[in-house]
Amino acid sequence: MTAPSHDTSVDTERSRTADVPSGSAGKPVEGRSLRQIAWSRLKRDKFALAGGVVVLFLVIVAVFAPVIVSLLGHPPDKFHQDEIDPLFGTPIGSFGGISSEHLLGVEPNNGRDVFSRIVYGARISLLVAFLAALVAVLFGTVLGIVAGYFGGWVDSVISRVMDMLLAFPQLLFIISLVSVLPNDLLGMTGSNVRIMILVGVIGFFGWPYVGRIVRGQTLSLREKEYVEAARSLGAGQRYVLFKELLPNLVAPITVYTTLMIPTNILTEAALSFLGAGVRPPTASWGQMLSTAVDTYESNPTFMIVPGVAIFITVLAFNLFGDGVRDALDPKGTR
Amino acid sequence: MTPQRSSRTRRIAGAALVVAALTATAACGGGSKDGDGGDGKAAGYNAGVKGIANPSAKKGGTLKFIGKQDFDSTDPQRQYYGFAWDLSRFYARQLVSYAPKPGAAGAELVPDLAKAKGVVSNGGKTYTYELRDDITWEDGSPITAQDIKYGIERLWATDVITGGPGYLRQVLDPKTTYKGPYKDKSAAGLKAIETPDAKTIVFNLASPNGDFEQMLAMPAGSPVKKEKDTAAKYQLKPFSSGPYKFESYTPKKSAVLVRNDKWQKSSDPIRAALPDKVTITVNSNIEAIDELLIKGEYDVDMNATGMSQAGRTKALKQHKDNVDNIETSFIRYVDIATKVKPFDDIECRKAVIYAADYQSMQKVRGGPDAGGDIATNMLPKSIKGSDGYDPYGILAREGKPDIAKAKAALKACGKPDGFSTNISARINNPGEVQTAEALQQSLQAVGIKAEVDTIDGAEAASITGSPAMVKKRGLGLIMTGWGPDFPTGQGFSQPLVDGRFIVPNGNFNVSETNDPKINKFFDDALKETDPAKAGEIYKEMNHAVADLAVQMPFIYEKNFTWRSSRVTNAYSTAAYNGRYDYVSLGVVK
Repeated sequence: MTAPSHDTSVDTERSRTADVPSGSAGKPVEGRSLRQIAWSRLKRDKFALAGGVVVLFLVIVAVFAPVIVSLLGHPPDKFHQDEIDPLFGTPIGSFGGISSEHLLGVEPNNGRDVFSRIVYGARISLLVAFLAALVAVLFGTVLGIVAGYFGGWVDSVISRVMDMLLAFPQLLFIISLVSVLPNDLLGMTGSNVRIMILVGVIGFFGWPYVGRIVRGQTLSLREKEYVEAARSLGAGQRYVLFKELLPNLVAPITVYTTLMIPTNILTEAALSFLGAGVRPPTASWGQMLSTAVDTYESNPTFMIVPGVAIFITVLAFNLFGDGVRDALDPKGTR
Repeated sequence: MTPQRSSRTRRIAGAALVVAALTATAACGGGSKDGDGGDGKAAGYNAGVKGIANPSAKKGGTLKFIGKQDFDSTDPQRQYYGFAWDLSRFYARQLVSYAPKPGAAGAELVPDLAKAKGVVSNGGKTYTYELRDDITWEDGSPITAQDIKYGIERLWATDVITGGPGYLRQVLDPKTTYKGPYKDKSAAGLKAIETPDAKTIVFNLASPNGDFEQMLAMPAGSPVKKEKDTAAKYQLKPFSSGPYKFESYTPKKSAVLVRNDKWQKSSDPIRAALPDKVTITVNSNIEAIDELLIKGEYDVDMNATGMSQAGRTKALKQHKDNVDNIETSFIRYVDIATKVKPFDDIECRKAVIYAADYQSMQKVRGGPDAGGDIATNMLPKSIKGSDGYDPYGILAREGKPDIAKAKAALKACGKPDGFSTNISARINNPGEVQTAEALQQSLQAVGIKAEVDTIDGAEAASITGSPAMVKKRGLGLIMTGWGPDFPTGQGFSQPLVDGRFIVPNGNFNVSETNDPKINKFFDDALKETDPAKAGEIYKEMNHAVADLAVQMPFIYEKNFTWRSSRVTNAYSTAAYNGRYDYVSLGVVK
């Protein structure tokens, strides 16, 4: 984020004075950008850093899934029915069939390699979560700014639409949508269609959360002196919206995005659990959990593994997101 | 037989979901005095399948049923669930009913309220019965021919008496000119049934149907005493014609049946009526049900849809002698939609059958015991006309794919490199999605790219049951299962492969098979009143269906069921889809 060029920004001024070390009277006060300040705060937050490292690790795992699996696992859809006791449907080996061959064991009934499916599942989870967050942020920012800046009937309409969407039963809606929509859409087939639907719908229902925050911030920012100054100098509306207001909204938007991603991961997992996620045999954590329900008593490993994967991912994103928020907005209350 | 009806088994799937959602309270406990099932000794693994487990004629005690699914209704005319039909024999009698014998012999019809089986005349269109003496209601009044007629007439009041099978309506009054006893108060009532005196009843069918007595044997054919009929409320306390009467019934919770002291054993050759009391408890948690059964607090799971994976594991490892591995009349199969390209070509359909790895699908479903034997054709073993017909040599190749033949078939249908299609599987049907994935894997080997399309079981009627929807979604392969309403070729196969049963909604002929030769087999078989001869026709029908490659059966389903150590006289009967014959069960104390 570039530091706002207008030093009239109250937020920025405040943070600067707050961050000047009191004992550094001898040295000349050096100007630091908001980014530098935020980074120095983030560096001090060990939990946030740990979260960030895990997030980075997960992204790498997701991106390089085929390589990792070819080195350490098996093709994610390949059956290993020799590893399964057909009568009980559970792995023959103890702890869910964990062995040097199958690092996290095998799936009940069909013996697919759990490690590979977890790795590939990370792809789906992160892809859906990131893209849905992107969709929500795009919609939310644009509509939020417009509502906040113009006010009047524009604000009323957009705000009511947001209220409506926030009240919408999105889980139920997606489940019915998935069963109604055809399998081929816009030239795409199979799991891609489902991913697109998931991204579209989760993002669509997510934008009001961003929109409300952006609208609120815009409402207060538009009365600021620098905005008025720009306006009195003859700046057009577009210039004011995107050059004057938007840069000052980046902080709350960033914070909200990082906190929205874990929510999206959970939504995706819930939908997959309910059968409205990606189509089998594409691996997904939620869908693994739903399979695990049948055998959890005799084979808890298969439930623990995807459960832990979801837990770690969501926790890492939340820690990181909280850290980012604290760094960008230290006055915010938890 | 009405095409609109929903199959018992499918409705159970849907209803079980609803019940799971609605039944928040788990009614359990009650009379758990002995830790491990009392004095009785477990009869041994599969004792109730091989013959009769713990045969005994000892009376007394309380027989305790538990189950996840409550009666769909206790009103005999409104029942459609298989287990409810089995339980209804405690309190409802029919003109004919199933013989109290183990295995396939149990599917034989024997006289119940009638002195003998029906006398058939008028070219198979008239059935005449004479009633036994000493048949009484729970208030001691005699059961008359008029009571039986009235009971059956209730089926026509479809706005009040909902949910039951429509077979008798179809056969006796296909144009539904009669409006039911609540609207039509005329003395004649339903003209197709005559009651010249209190002991004689005559049925006049619109056209011959060799399975007519099967339809009379359903609870829908039970008598109802007109003065006791409370219409829609009758299901809260049905008036008993059998050896037990309702002491109490709380829907979705529990029921208690006690002896009907007016019932005379001499008038009833079928019902053993050993326990003094029968209790029914509904518990929404399937795992808890298995736990309680294993602890000995209950005797039998009345739903008998098979133990949960956890319960099965524990039972087989620690109490194998209490477990029966019953063969149901249920077939797991894949419909191959002949109206979805490229399956309009028989060679493409055959390619799927040759490329399928039956062994893998069987293993996913639990192998030969927990899943069932590999199926080679579409008639279960308990139905007359079934044989080992295996035109695609599935058993010879031990269920493994025959890649060479599959590739040859693909070439013959003009798709040597394979093609793309979709497999539908019901998400809330345990194991179905994984079985579809197994099929997907094996088809991949010959270049058939099949996407698994998961659907909700409750939506199956509107998706796979709608030919337009099947085509729109491109569902070439539809994974499903089927059990018969009554154990004959008509009861099992006609809704699935008779072309005249294709309907725009709630369709079960999902493959849209419409072959004049097959349709004629059904017409011929219906005219046949001798079950053995009809069976021969159904055999040919079944072969013709298999040759058309419109369905790909893969499992004759088996279940693991629990019988407590207290239970006596337990045997699996083909009449009730492999369930125990509940009315014969007793307890040691």
